[in-house]
Amino acid sequence: MEASLYRMVRLIRRFEERCVELVRSGDIIGGIHPYIGQEAIAAGVCAALRFDDIITSTHRGHGHVLAKGADPIRMLAELCGKVTGLNRGRGGSMHAADFSKGIFGANGIVGAGGAIATGAAWAFLRQGGGDKVAVSFFGDGAVSQGVLLEAMNLAALWKVPVLFVCENNGYATTLTVSESVAGTICGRASAFGIPSSTVDGMDAAVVFEAASAAVESARRGEGPAFLECLTYRFDAHHTWEHKARVRYRPAEEEVSGRLRDPVEIAGGRLDPAERESIDEAIEALLDEAVAFATTSPAPDPSTALDYLYGSAVLP
Amino acid sequence: MASVKADAGTISYREAVAEGIAREMRRDPAVVCLGEDIGAAGGVFKTTAGLFAEFGPQRIWDTPISEQAIVGAAMGAAMTGIRPVAEIMFSDFLACCWDYLANEIPKVRYMTGGQVTVPLVIRTANGGGLGFGAQHSQAVENWALTIPGLKIAAPSTPADVIGLMASAIRSDDPVVFFEHKGLFASKGLLPPEGHLVELGKAAVVREGTDVTLVALAYTVPIALAAAERLAAKGISTEVVDLRCLIPMDMTTVLASVAKTSRLVTVEENPHQAGWGATVVSVVVDEGFQLLDAPVRRVASANVPLPFADALEDEVMPTVDKVVAAAESVANF
Ligand SMILES: Cc1ncc(C[n+]2csc(CCOP(=O)(O)OP(=O)(O)O)c2C)c(N)n1
Ligand SMILES: [Mg+2]
Repeated sequence: MEASLYRMVRLIRRFEERCVELVRSGDIIGGIHPYIGQEAIAAGVCAALRFDDIITSTHRGHGHVLAKGADPIRMLAELCGKVTGLNRGRGGSMHAADFSKGIFGANGIVGAGGAIATGAAWAFLRQGGGDKVAVSFFGDGAVSQGVLLEAMNLAALWKVPVLFVCENNGYATTLTVSESVAGTICGRASAFGIPSSTVDGMDAAVVFEAASAAVESARRGEGPAFLECLTYRFDAHHTWEHKARVRYRPAEEEVSGRLRDPVEIAGGRLDPAERESIDEAIEALLDEAVAFATTSPAPDPSTALDYLYGSAVLP
Repeated sequence: MASVKADAGTISYREAVAEGIAREMRRDPAVVCLGEDIGAAGGVFKTTAGLFAEFGPQRIWDTPISEQAIVGAAMGAAMTGIRPVAEIMFSDFLACCWDYLANEIPKVRYMTGGQVTVPLVIRTANGGGLGFGAQHSQAVENWALTIPGLKIAAPSTPADVIGLMASAIRSDDPVVFFEHKGLFASKGLLPPEGHLVELGKAAVVREGTDVTLVALAYTVPIALAAAERLAAKGISTEVVDLRCLIPMDMTTVLASVAKTSRLVTVEENPHQAGWGATVVSVVVDEGFQLLDAPVRRVASANVPLPFADALEDEVMPTVDKVVAAAESVANF
């Protein structure tokens, strides 16, 4: 488990660093919301999931999508807008999805995934016999979105197997949590009688352990659970900030926030030789992904209207 | 049984809603309903009466007053393969969950390159004429028409309620299903089991040669009453019940205009960006040479629907207004 957690944390880190380079080179248009610094959360939670469980993700979704099992090569092609991408170039960074892996998509609307995951979990409950769960990832900013509160209420009322995972990185764009959250984040869950806990989101093993407990209780039919993971976003809210140079975090905080690095925490538990061989394999994989993404063809413009409807629309 | 109260051979529009849902629930165990007060209470408009008794709490789910969670959860459930039928009590309240109608449900299939379908129906009671005031009366079918990725049905008869409901529930695409409050008490033929009306097929509900009226839902009986009055004045009127806004059956509309050379749309939504504007734009684009007169649109005025009867009549389409518009183009 330690090796596989490290591998995923490291894969996400390096994937994101390669993405930032591809944003600079113009291969990824529109930029990305880098997940750098928060990798332990996606890696730890998804390690507690099965293939047939589902997740909903966010605007900062690459880590979740990779950790739930999407192919990094086709994922990168998607970010580069290529027809070989997961979404055939129709989605991009904020909409990457792979339903065959239970990845119900990154989502550009803050908070929206909470109700979608609740509905999927409700459907699992109805299907009977199974014990699949749904996980909704969201940021600290989303806890002020009405829909998330509606979804938590419904999930608790209907006792559906959904895990709400709040990644508290201290900021919603430029706004601090203390400026945006009255009361506490876990207090929102308690209000609906949903058990919650706050954990160190920098340590994938800690996240894994907490998520496993929550997932198992959901599988046993005990209803939803809520996990607040404390973390820090090492990079910009969005790569646009690299050019715009928006200043809203104290310089000392930017240094201290990076002192505990999820890659080092997970990597420190491995034998150096093992760590090195994992790193090498990741570099080779990402080299392949970059080559594939940058050389794949763009979608054919004549297909721009495809995939809107599942059945014909014109009489 | 959802249709116990129907007379032999006839059924009310209100009962047809429950009957249409029940028929699909009997044939497909994947169909489930959720919404406010739809369970044992049978819905505030009694449009789900009998469903809870027949199908029970595992298939008929009462929800809290959480429009976003209702529609968002329906979407998540639909993407796992079940077929939710979600009720939003009054169509005005679609605004409370508009993110899901505008950004999530219609976009996910496209954005994911066709990975998933969203086979859900959002049913809602639409329109005015009952004195409920501006926040419970607006005809909002044109809101939905602004969104590629949705399908839109708005039946005018009990038989079409049942036939379109079957198609909507069986559709792999999301369908917004507008039930008209002003039609709930109306009666019509009870169609046989298995009755299906394909989405996007308009009906010519009265044939004529001088002018075409294109109507939808509540305005269909208005257009038919107007046609009757116009006949007395020697004007032969064809009435097209559009039935659906997406897909929009412009083939039937253009064929009618080819016959009559004159077009009036009869819409309940506000004139600004109402569906008739789309109908007219296609007709002038693809059928300009067919027209012998300017086209006219009879629609609601561009105001929130007022409360008092006298004001409501003033701003909504009426038989008088349709007769006047049809006469003006017939005599052009
Ligand atoms: C409904 C909605 N409102 C606003 C935005 C713009 N926006 C994108 S990300 C973001 C901040 C989200 O903060 P948080 O949930 O803490 O996630 P983080 O970016 O920190 O990962 C905002 C305001 C949006 N995408 N969706
Ligand atoms: Mg945040």
